Amino acid sequence: MAIEQLEKPGHASRRTAPEITVSGIGKRYGATQVLKDVTLSVIPGEIHGIMGENGAGKSTLLKILGGAITADSGTMELDGHPVRITTPRDAISHGISLISQELALIPNLSVLENVFLGRWSNRGSLLSPNRDSEHFARLLEETGFELDPRATVGNLPIGQQQQVEILKALARGAKVLCMDEPTAVLNEAEKEKLLQVVKRLARAGTTVLIVSHYLEEVLGLVDRVTILRDGQHIVTEEAAGHTPESLVRLMVGREVDFLIPDIPQVPSEAETVVRVAGLTSAKVKDISFEVRRGEILGIAGLVGSGRSETLLAVFGADRTTGGHVEINGRRIRPSSIRDAIKAGIALIPESRKEQGLVMSRPVAENIALSTLPARSWAGFVKAQRERTAVKDVSKSVDLRGARPGQPVANLSGGNQQKALFAKWLLNPPAVLLVDEPTRGVDIAAKARIHSIIVELAAKGTAVIVVSSELEEVLGLSHRIHVMRHGRIVAEFDRNASRDEVMTSAFLK
Amino acid sequence: MTTTSVAVPSTAEKKFNLNFKDFGIVFGLAAIMLFLALNTGTFLTGRNFINLFDQAAVVGLLAAAATLCIISGVFDLSSTATLAVSAISGVMITQQFGVTAGFFGALLVGALLGTITGLIVVSTRVNSFIGTLAVSIIYRGLAIVITGGAIVAPLPEQLASFQTWTWPSLFGLTAGSVLMLAMTTVLGIVLWRTTFGRRIYAVGGNQEAARLSGIRTGSIHVAVFAISGLCSAMAGMILASRAGSAQPAMAIGIELTAIAAVVIGGTSILGGQGAMWRAFVGVMILTVISNGFNLLHWDTTYQQVVTGVLILLAVAADGLFFRKSTR
Repeated sequence: MAIEQLEKPGHASRRTAPEITVSGIGKRYGATQVLKDVTLSVIPGEIHGIMGENGAGKSTLLKILGGAITADSGTMELDGHPVRITTPRDAISHGISLISQELALIPNLSVLENVFLGRWSNRGSLLSPNRDSEHFARLLEETGFELDPRATVGNLPIGQQQQVEILKALARGAKVLCMDEPTAVLNEAEKEKLLQVVKRLARAGTTVLIVSHYLEEVLGLVDRVTILRDGQHIVTEEAAGHTPESLVRLMVGREVDFLIPDIPQVPSEAETVVRVAGLTSAKVKDISFEVRRGEILGIAGLVGSGRSETLLAVFGADRTTGGHVEINGRRIRPSSIRDAIKAGIALIPESRKEQGLVMSRPVAENIALSTLPARSWAGFVKAQRERTAVKDVSKSVDLRGARPGQPVANLSGGNQQKALFAKWLLNPPAVLLVDEPTRGVDIAAKARIHSIIVELAAKGTAVIVVSSELEEVLGLSHRIHVMRHGRIVAEFDRNASRDEVMTSAFLK
Repeated sequence: MTTTSVAVPSTAEKKFNLNFKDFGIVFGLAAIMLFLALNTGTFLTGRNFINLFDQAAVVGLLAAAATLCIISGVFDLSSTATLAVSAISGVMITQQFGVTAGFFGALLVGALLGTITGLIVVSTRVNSFIGTLAVSIIYRGLAIVITGGAIVAPLPEQLASFQTWTWPSLFGLTAGSVLMLAMTTVLGIVLWRTTFGRRIYAVGGNQEAARLSGIRTGSIHVAVFAISGLCSAMAGMILASRAGSAQPAMAIGIELTAIAAVVIGGTSILGGQGAMWRAFVGVMILTVISNGFNLLHWDTTYQQVVTGVLILLAVAADGLFFRKSTR
């Protein structure tokens, strides 16, 4: 293999992080040039943020460094020595570990087994569980994580699974951690913890490269920041002196108003649309609330507090064991998605890939899916009417640059999310349940989605928004409910402070 | 360009790639046919074509049904067991009530068994591959029970009309071929143009998203299995009609040939992707290859090797495409 010729193998025990220099990196997928001539150098021990809009090439660059994909052109040097990294194994042997959004753990093995997975080859001796345990304890100390080595990884919350992934990288002697959107799936508490650990590792000499959408988070964390736009390197600068606005200007290349639009007052005479009483399922207990016409109710809480499950129970997707949902005075049949849809409830689920969209099918088919009978005759789809309807609704959500016949998998995250909104706007809902409306979408799409939600409410839809981003819930909602352990534990109006809401979500 | 920075690929290049990938298999079939036309004097004769379609009838019907199943995300390995039970039932009903009643009886039994298979798979939530494998063993056993393991045949005076599916009809094609072509067309339109077809794709592509869109995913699967049972019964009628009899071990293994044909045509075994014409092209490729070996007097032992390689190529292409689209 090329690496062996260039450098001696077995650099897993390398003491200090290398200086990484990449130059002229290019990568093309089909006709799309994802990266163009990117040159960048990373100082040992720094926390380096890589930022840009969706599709700017951040993740691709990170994956090239981590050996997950191979660049078409360009070179890479570690401490001035040219290296070729074409597989994750090459990267690991040079002390570089990639932690992607989709964690690469084996769910039915224990934490300990996952952390030391595949490391036997480096030790060249028989497995010795005691040595592993000692090593594990040292790693816990190093990071400050609290993990049970015997716990089955698949049963852990996502935040802890990510910790396992970090330990795994460190166990392999990683001196450079490449993290792709590490906080996207974490709740506030887990996020804080992760950021602490990243700082701690950096102080101990580990280089951390981090891709993230969250501007404040990045600014509070990184030493230097690199901005990519359309696959090109725009700038690498000290983070100090930058503001979220200045980063956005660089990322987008123009000014963007990414503030949440003003939300109009709900008229005092607006009637109640949704009335939920004592709703109980396996995951939520005794949920009661009301939402009026034009009102936006936010639900905040930690991941696992029952936010998403509340929406699923209201929608009839999770089996309920007690309580009921009334829409405009009519009681919905329990656990019936079809009756919920008939009553005018729409759900935009948490994960567009797993719950929202049929990725292999065209955009138009996805949009039309939940309202097929409305445009059919004797079971046949009226193609012309469907085309017109899809075209109109796509325009209304600003679904640009996407051909209706294109598989939805080929769209950017923002456009996929807009397609999901389009699907439920074909037949304007009385009640819209939105779970994580803007997860993993770029800033411009985010602003557009926020204004879609506000416009819908202004037209009389009752909206319930769940989001892990507290700013989003605070900014979008008229009222906020906070959930903990499957129950609603607090209620605030929109003037509540971030701290108040956080405190009630965390309080034991 | 204000929001997304996803570069839009030049449409010309994209379209060409797409088309070649989409229709490559048609060129494959055309190439084989051209080769046979040039190398034999008999391939391009009407008689041979009548023969070809007749040979394709049974697998064609099973492949049409398998297409619906696979696109909706399930496999039906019980199809030929259903075929045997319905053909046997058809023959037994014929003995009692005449040929017409026999044929309708067979269809009824097929649809019923398919529905039962579907209900079993959906309600037990067993993986359809294993579930239908178990069901197929049950149905084969059932076939032995009702026949006592013997061959059943219609009464001698019924035989001529019982063999109606081997008679020439439209364009000289056998009635069995016409039934297969008709069924393929009908199910193709169902898949392509109806709300039911849309739902089949959605359920196969992402069952949870389909459920959250208000689709009764269980009902879709039961319906698909019922159609599979119906098609199996039709194939069973054709086989029994050809042989003049039915028996418990008939058509064993052909369910796999049908699945192979679907895959060769380019329908994704992962569900949610594919089309009916692909199944037809896949069936024709297999049939033409077998026909070619006969016409060229090649050793038919090698035919299996060729077929196997073809399936591998088709599946590998599917895997490559899938990886690319998820990157």
